Amino acid sequence: MASRKTSHSKQDKSDKYSILLPTYNERENLPLIVWLLVKYFGESGYNYEIIVIDDGSPDGTLEVAEQLQKIYGEDKILLRPRAKKLGLGTAYIHGMKHATGNFIIIMDADLSHHPKFIPEFIEKQKEGNYDLVSGTRYKGNGGVYGWDLRRKVISRGANFLTQVLLRPGASDLTGSFRLYKKEVLESLVERCVSKGYVFQMEMIVRARQLNYTVGEVPISFVDRVYGESKLGGNEIVSFVKGLITLFATT
Amino acid sequence: MTKLLEWLFGVSLVGSVWALVSFDLLDLSLPQTYKDVAWPMPLYLLVSFGCYSLATVGYRVATFNDCDEAAKELQEQIKEAKEDLKRKGLKM
Repeated sequence: MASRKTSHSKQDKSDKYSILLPTYNERENLPLIVWLLVKYFGESGYNYEIIVIDDGSPDGTLEVAEQLQKIYGEDKILLRPRAKKLGLGTAYIHGMKHATGNFIIIMDADLSHHPKFIPEFIEKQKEGNYDLVSGTRYKGNGGVYGWDLRRKVISRGANFLTQVLLRPGASDLTGSFRLYKKEVLESLVERCVSKGYVFQMEMIVRARQLNYTVGEVPISFVDRVYGESKLGGNEIVSFVKGLITLFATT
Repeated sequence: MTKLLEWLFGVSLVGSVWALVSFDLLDLSLPQTYKDVAWPMPLYLLVSFGCYSLATVGYRVATFNDCDEAAKELQEQIKEAKEDLKRKGLKM
């Protein structure tokens, strides 16, 4: 027993969490999300690094990121910019190439995902040794802020339809606040081809297909503080297309 | 098996049982009441599933948490963060 205990605490110490932050025109939000990450990781004591993947933002996000790197140190903030806007999947691949953590956390840099939930993600992961832990807006104390009735109806309706058709075994499919074991994210990203909302959905559906275990943590989703959040006809059409594709192929 | 195939399999299974009973395809000489009940069954199932869906989505929309507290907390933390970052020398 004693030896098992030591190996467990050793495991804790060697665990490192790499946060991937893909950004595009997030000059206002980036310093704030980084500040919050530093605050909550500092308080919880887990080992971490923040990897900023900026896709050539014209608003100077990268310069702000460089300043943050000077403030918080090059071991904590890593910059992996790309020349132009490319897909989310390739951003994860690009970021992961340089990630030194054995766990990867992905989240939006627009403050809709609050870093205060990350310690809960980590505890949840340890609790069941889950391959991935997904934040959920649809369970327990989870919820949203800044959504009107129309948005809520679309979101709940789309979620219900997806649950019926795909039975994915996770309550929030389009959310993008998740913690993955590094090798799990690598194998999933390789397989996923969708874009936008559907990408996150495909990731979790494929995870189920590959028999990865999924844990869930309720989160509050505070819709973009700075900048516009959109849900128009285009998003809905591409969501339906993606859903049909997954329905026929998984 | 893809979800599509699972669905096709399920629907055709239910469909053939329905056809067997409704039209007595195996000549089991089932009582007339069986046929009377079975014949409109698909429509009943469809309507009740529709009602269930509407009720579920409606209930979930009505009980969707509004995280006012979380938004307020975030606003306060943003203020705090901006002050702290300015002190640390960040030029926004």
